[in-house]
Amino acid sequence: MNDSTPLIVLIAILGGALRVSTPFMFVALGECLTEKSGRVNLGLEGTLVLGAMTAYAVSYHSGSPWLGVLAAGLAGAALGGIHGFICKLPKVNDVAVGIAMMLFGTGIAFFFGKAYIQPTAPRLGSISLGDWTGNAQLATALQINPLMIVGILVAILMWWAFANTRWGLIVRMSGDSAPSAMAMGVSVDLVRFLATTAGGFLAGVGGAFLSLYYPGSWNQGLSSGQGLMAVALVIFARWDPIRCVAAAFLFGATGAIGPALQSVGVTQGYYFFNAAPYILTLFIMIASAGSKKAGRDVPGELSIIK
Amino acid sequence: MSNALSAAPSLVSTPRAMSLETIGMTKTFGSFTALDNVSLKVDAGSFHALLGENGAGKSTLVKSIMGYYHADKGSLLLDGHEAQVRNPRDARDLGLGMVYQHFTLVPCLTGAENLVISRADAPAVIDWKKEKKALDAFLDRMPFRAPLDKPVSSLAAGEKQKLEILKLLYLDQRLLILDEPTSVLTPQEADEILGLLKGMTDRGDISVVIITHKFREVTAFADALSVLRRGKRVGGGLVKDMTTDEMARLMIGDTPIRQRALRQENTTGPVTLELAGLMADGDEGASVLNAVNLKIHSGEIVGIAGVSGNGQSQLVEVLSGQRPLRDGRIFVRDKPFEPTRDAYFRLKIFGLPEEPLKNATVARMTVAENLAFRNFDRPPNAKFGWWLSPGPMRTKARELIARYRVKTQSPESAIGDLSGGNVQRAVLARELSGEVDVLIVANPCFGLDFASVAEIRSQIMEQRNKGAAVLLVSEDLDEILELADRVAVMSEGTIAFVSPIGETDRATIGKHMAGHE
Ligand SMILES: Nc1ncnc2c1ncn2[C@@H]1O[C@H](COP(=O)(O)OP(=O)(O)OP(=O)(O)O)[C@@H](O)[C@H]1O
Ligand SMILES: [Mg+2]
Repeated sequence: MNDSTPLIVLIAILGGALRVSTPFMFVALGECLTEKSGRVNLGLEGTLVLGAMTAYAVSYHSGSPWLGVLAAGLAGAALGGIHGFICKLPKVNDVAVGIAMMLFGTGIAFFFGKAYIQPTAPRLGSISLGDWTGNAQLATALQINPLMIVGILVAILMWWAFANTRWGLIVRMSGDSAPSAMAMGVSVDLVRFLATTAGGFLAGVGGAFLSLYYPGSWNQGLSSGQGLMAVALVIFARWDPIRCVAAAFLFGATGAIGPALQSVGVTQGYYFFNAAPYILTLFIMIASAGSKKAGRDVPGELSIIK
Repeated sequence: MSNALSAAPSLVSTPRAMSLETIGMTKTFGSFTALDNVSLKVDAGSFHALLGENGAGKSTLVKSIMGYYHADKGSLLLDGHEAQVRNPRDARDLGLGMVYQHFTLVPCLTGAENLVISRADAPAVIDWKKEKKALDAFLDRMPFRAPLDKPVSSLAAGEKQKLEILKLLYLDQRLLILDEPTSVLTPQEADEILGLLKGMTDRGDISVVIITHKFREVTAFADALSVLRRGKRVGGGLVKDMTTDEMARLMIGDTPIRQRALRQENTTGPVTLELAGLMADGDEGASVLNAVNLKIHSGEIVGIAGVSGNGQSQLVEVLSGQRPLRDGRIFVRDKPFEPTRDAYFRLKIFGLPEEPLKNATVARMTVAENLAFRNFDRPPNAKFGWWLSPGPMRTKARELIARYRVKTQSPESAIGDLSGGNVQRAVLARELSGEVDVLIVANPCFGLDFASVAEIRSQIMEQRNKGAAVLLVSEDLDEILELADRVAVMSEGTIAFVSPIGETDRATIGKHMAGHE
């Protein structure tokens, strides 16, 4: 070990955070939008996987990865739309439907995706933000994907829209008090349907990142529960899009601790460090669940808290 | 945004108030007829009171007018023309505005957000600078204010109600329907708001339909009235032609009113409930209870008066275990008390919090289940503490429903479907039917008709006479003066003044409520 080791580890963690956080970010934003409207969509894991497969397939056939991203979003929106539609039916529980949709999404992704495990599709490029530093490691770490920037912009847009647009207020209203919204003539079901659909779109785009950027290929083990963790991230971010982004980065960074340490030769506790993000989430959840603030930020209509 | 109060000349020349008429309105819920062929006329520019006992169908009628419910039969005329109101949005577009009995402001939005979003022409992108300026200008014309920058969930009931009414005025509606708007207001606030609305009706700016249980408000402000009983319109006319006795008789028919329970003298026993230096934080984290000290003897009612928002609701929450204490202790019979279910049961502590639908019931569970909350896991309702037997629960529920005259279709109806006053009664039935040592009540008569008020007050008095220590938090000073043995005034989270009721008067209490010595 020498003096620069801590720095190398830090850079590696930063790089890891930037690399793996994007899908978390998109799924969390999608879930955030859905939950703000008063509905839970636990099916986003399935949406993520279907998005990854669709993106890869479309990119392969069309040669355009961005078309793949769009197709992933549309596939996600379709799944979200189905979820939103089923939940409109009377006496349907959105949590149960979500779990069914998760299985459905992964199921059709694996079914149609068999043919795309072998071929190589064009992938998304990256933007180098770190070349000016003259430090090779930093430059690699700061190679980022345009989707990450899109995600951050979407988060800022959502944050702004929730406070400053009619649609934003209507979504929050439907999520917090359906009777009030109905008294104002808002069709709560429609708002939730649209929010779930849009949320599905975002989660689908998150999937495109997995297959078209990092890890950057399509196979059945592509997602390791990112879609589910993102649901937890939303709670931890207390339904704030900006905090969702921060949470995604934090999650990505803790996930990168293990590999980063390994890269400088620290192999002890490798598995422990791999579990770090989950342990962290658990602790943060315990800490924030007890705070009164969290209780106040929960949309009042969520079926899990009713 | 043109407002009725602004002095635009066009508004003065053409009266804007709208007339309303229902013809043969009928509404059933399942096999139950909540409204039976109700025809009612509200003249343009009149202040029309709608009276009736709890569960008479008043809320159902106005909700059907607003398109919140769909009447099975009947039609609606606005300004003499038949109007189709399919949903509340149609109603809003036609100039009908309503303050519902349960608040309809969105808790997570601020006052300003609530106002702006309720507008039909709410802009797709809201320019908050401009809107805030317009809102300030609007508020300047209003005789009362409400905080617009805080989330509604952090407002006190009185503030919420003002905001509800401000919203309708802001929307510039031509006929306002107010479902018991004053239950949560102090008499001064109520007079102020109703006076303002009355002025607007006199000028022909709006018509008002108000549902109320307070005859005082009817005689002071209304021109005309209608009375509903069991879903039928049983009478009405001009207010000046009727006495309150006639109104009362129309409301309840020949049902006898329960006699007021008499206060037995010298029942006061040892200290039963002692609050020692209670401190607690509000939702925003700021301290809302600042060392509340109070001793309540058995056989005594201590009334807590105060302007709403001075910590009364939080005090009740602390006592009912809904809010943690930061510091201080509660003693029951000199033993420290922790708010556990078991302790409530053992020490026979009961209570009726404010907004009972939210704080004391589960709206989607049945009346019978709600009635059994205190004892569903004890014999005879349960074996071994976990095997529930619905039979005894239902029998008990039937008995309580009959004894407390809770109007419900059956013990199996969801309690959220009961009328406001009947939810209150159901909770009282649960809390008062056993032996009570400590009773904590907050605004127990909020929204009850006069017959129920008499009944509930006499029940509280009866518990006192039997030796219960009663803490009565009320925004209705008359209620405190009638029931309490001692009055305590709460101001800024602490008890500012305590006096036996015979040694003080309204003016002194009022002064302490306002924070002056
Ligand atoms: N959604 C519903 N489903 C079933 N029954 C209902 C529903 N709403 C009201 N009712 C019943 O209709 C009757 C009239 O209720 P309503 O709320 O109109 O009474 P109210 O006159 O407003 O009484 P209160 O003074 O207590 O508010 C009650 O018996 C109530 O139980
Ligand atoms: Mg009512």
